[in-house]
Amino acid sequence: MGANTLTMERNEAELITRILAGQKELFHDLIQPYERMVYMTAFAIVKNEADAEDCAQGAVVNAYRNLGKFRGHAKFSTWLVTIAVNEARQKLRKTRRASEESLDEVVEGEEKPVSPAPLTDWREIPLEALERKELREALRSAITELPDIYRQIFTLRDIEELNVAETAAALGINENMVKVRLHRARMMLQRSLAPYLKTTAPARKGFWGRMPWN
Amino acid sequence: MELNCKHVWAHISEYLDQSVAPELREEIERHLEHCEICSAILDSTRNILVLTADDRTFELPVGYSKRLHERLARELESEEGAPRKS
Repeated sequence: MGANTLTMERNEAELITRILAGQKELFHDLIQPYERMVYMTAFAIVKNEADAEDCAQGAVVNAYRNLGKFRGHAKFSTWLVTIAVNEARQKLRKTRRASEESLDEVVEGEEKPVSPAPLTDWREIPLEALERKELREALRSAITELPDIYRQIFTLRDIEELNVAETAAALGINENMVKVRLHRARMMLQRSLAPYLKTTAPARKGFWGRMPWN
Repeated sequence: MELNCKHVWAHISEYLDQSVAPELREEIERHLEHCEICSAILDSTRNILVLTADDRTFELPVGYSKRLHERLARELESEEGAPRKS
């Protein structure tokens, strides 16, 4: 993994140099691995498909126009995500019009711990449950319903798998806040999904072996 | 120090990210050995994260990638936006 990442970064640096030297078509290749990330980042902020797609396009175009300002000390992916965050926040400001409303809203009770839902019959949570469409849908809506600041962090960390430092940089907050909010987001999701994880269909034989993570 | 359940809950997220200090990690693991409730909470949270990272949970709009590259292609054709070194 480490070696792969390194190779990828090296190739990206080379791609960027070539793009800046005039081989602009290569920008298609440069962004290709991050299409999903750009969309999901925007979606976490604007919360609707059409706007998220608009923002993703805007972010990619902006990244192209500003590529000369990209410095190798950040990862290209982090830089691109930051652009997507800004694009989405701008869109949100326009649609909300209530410009006074802070995007970094204070959520009440942020200092209070969120307790997870106790599941006593944990041995009955088979991985099979994760395959159920119903659970996927429940997870999607639970994530969508998280308060904005939690959903954004959860998306970058657990959907897009950025690390704590990258998430902090993209959202312009400190790392400790990322950790605290991520913990809360995860506990909120555990609470809202507990009922789905509890009642599961009877296990089918041979199913476990087919799970991709086995 | 014997950890109680609430202490463990406070560290679930960090524990899953493998970012707790080694001593604390050991204490959490000792607690998990005998506490089914915390084990279940940990497992269910981990399962949620596995499911979350699965690309099928959030699907991209149909045709998204194609439209994105078309938009980019239009941008690349117009010379004015060409990136410059700064």
